[in-house]
Amino acid sequence: MTSTFAPGGPAAEPDPPAQDRAEFRAFVDRAVAPYADEFDRAQRIPEPLLREVAAQGWWGAVVPVEAGGTGMDMVTLGDLHEEVGRGCSSLRSLLTVHTMVAWALHRFGSGRARQRWLPGVASGELRGAFCLTEPEAGSDASMVATEAVRDGDEYVLDGVKHWITGGQSAGLLLVIARTGRGPTAFLVEAAAPGVRRTPIRDALGTRASMLAEIRLDRCRVPLHARVGPEGGGLLVATGALDLGRYSVAAGCVGILEACLQASVAHTRQRRQGGALLRDHQLVRAKITDMVTQLSAARLLRWHAGRLKDTGDPETLTATWIAKYFASTSAMRAASDAVQLHGASGCGDGHPVNRYFRDAKIMEIIEGSTQIQQITIAEQAFRGLPPGERS
Amino acid sequence: MPHARTAIRQFILSRFPGVTFDDGEDIFGLGVATSLFAMELVMFVEQHFALQVPNEDLELANFRSVDAMAELVQRQRAAA
Repeated sequence: MTSTFAPGGPAAEPDPPAQDRAEFRAFVDRAVAPYADEFDRAQRIPEPLLREVAAQGWWGAVVPVEAGGTGMDMVTLGDLHEEVGRGCSSLRSLLTVHTMVAWALHRFGSGRARQRWLPGVASGELRGAFCLTEPEAGSDASMVATEAVRDGDEYVLDGVKHWITGGQSAGLLLVIARTGRGPTAFLVEAAAPGVRRTPIRDALGTRASMLAEIRLDRCRVPLHARVGPEGGGLLVATGALDLGRYSVAAGCVGILEACLQASVAHTRQRRQGGALLRDHQLVRAKITDMVTQLSAARLLRWHAGRLKDTGDPETLTATWIAKYFASTSAMRAASDAVQLHGASGCGDGHPVNRYFRDAKIMEIIEGSTQIQQITIAEQAFRGLPPGERS
Repeated sequence: MPHARTAIRQFILSRFPGVTFDDGEDIFGLGVATSLFAMELVMFVEQHFALQVPNEDLELANFRSVDAMAELVQRQRAAA
C-alpha cells in the first residue's frame, strides 16, 4: 500500500495479503452473521465485537504495515467488505467510514496528525467517522455550510453534520468545513469541547451503524488537525468518497450473496401447490437473476479494485459503475428474496427483512442512484464533439 | 517539459475529444471539468510521472492548465 492520491496507489506493489476471503468468511459466519438481527434490533454493534474486529486488523486495512496497519491491497479490501456486508451491513458501514478517515489521515494528514492519531486509527482503538453530510448538503463538499475560521494557531469550527455513520461512538471525526479558500478537511476529536452528538434512531436500514447528528459549536482544533491544504477539501472528500463508494459496492455484493443464500435455503424446503418452491419456474427465474447479478456485480467491483491497485484514473468511473450496478441489483435481489419468503420474510427479525431495508440505504449513500446515473452518463457524453455535451 | 505537456494534453483529449485549448488556458473554465475530472488529473499525474503530489500542492490551481501541471511535475522532479 502506497500513500499516493489514489486509494491503492500507482506503485502497485501491494503487500502480500495476510488474510484471504476464506478467513474473512469464517469470521463473519462465526461472529457476525448469526447476531446481525440482534444488532439491528438493539441498533448498535456491541463493543466486544468491535474489539474482535480490531484483533483481525480490519480497522487499519488501508494503513501500511509500517504505520501499524494491515496494508491490504484494494482487491483484498473489497473481498473483506463483501464478506462483512454479507453478514451485517451496519458493521460494514462502520468499517467503510473508518477506512475513509484512515486513508485521508494517512494520505493527507500532517506529520503531527499522523503521529498523534494514526496508531489508534490503525489499531481500531480510535474509530473514525466521516462528517460531510449536512441538513442542507448531501455528498457535495462544495455546498457545506459548516465554517472553519482561523484564529491564531487554531481553527474554530461551527456547524451541524447529519446522518453520520458511526457518529455515536467514533473518537475521531473527519469534518469537511468551509474556509475562505473553499472546502477544507479537519480532524476533530469527538471528545473535544464544543462537540455534541445526538443519536439518530429508527432509520430505515443499517440501524446498527450508530448514526448521529454532530454539532460543532465554537469547536477549536489545532492547525495540525487540518487535512491537506486550505481549499483542498474537495479533493480530500472526493478521494475519500471514492474509497467509500468502492466499499459500499463491495457491501452490496455481500447483500446480493446473502439474498441468494437465504432464497436457495428457503425454496429448497418450502412447499407450495404440492411442489417445492425451487421447482417452480418463476422461482427459478428469480434465483437465476440473483446468481447473474451477483456474478456481474462482483466482477465490476473487482475490476474497480484492480484499477485502484495500479493507480489508474479509470478506477473513478469504474467505481461509480460498480456501486450503481451493485446497489440497484442488491435492492432488486432483496425485494425478490422477500417475495420468495412470502409473509415470513416480512416479519420483524427475519434476515431478508433486514437485507431489504439495508439495500435501500445503499441506493442512497455515497452518491444516490440518480447522481450515479447523471455522473455515468456524463462520462459517456464526454466523447461527443464540443457543444453537444450538455 | 515538452514531453510532459504532450502527455498531459493527450490525457485531457482522451477524456474530452475535440476540445481545443492552449497550454496556459484554464481547462476548468471550458465548462467540461468536474471534481471527478480534477481527481482523475491528480491520479494521472501521479501514475504517469511516478510521483506523489505533496499536500501543499493538492490545490486545483496546480491542475487548472497544462502549463500548471507541467510546472508541478517539474518541481517535483527537481525536489526528488
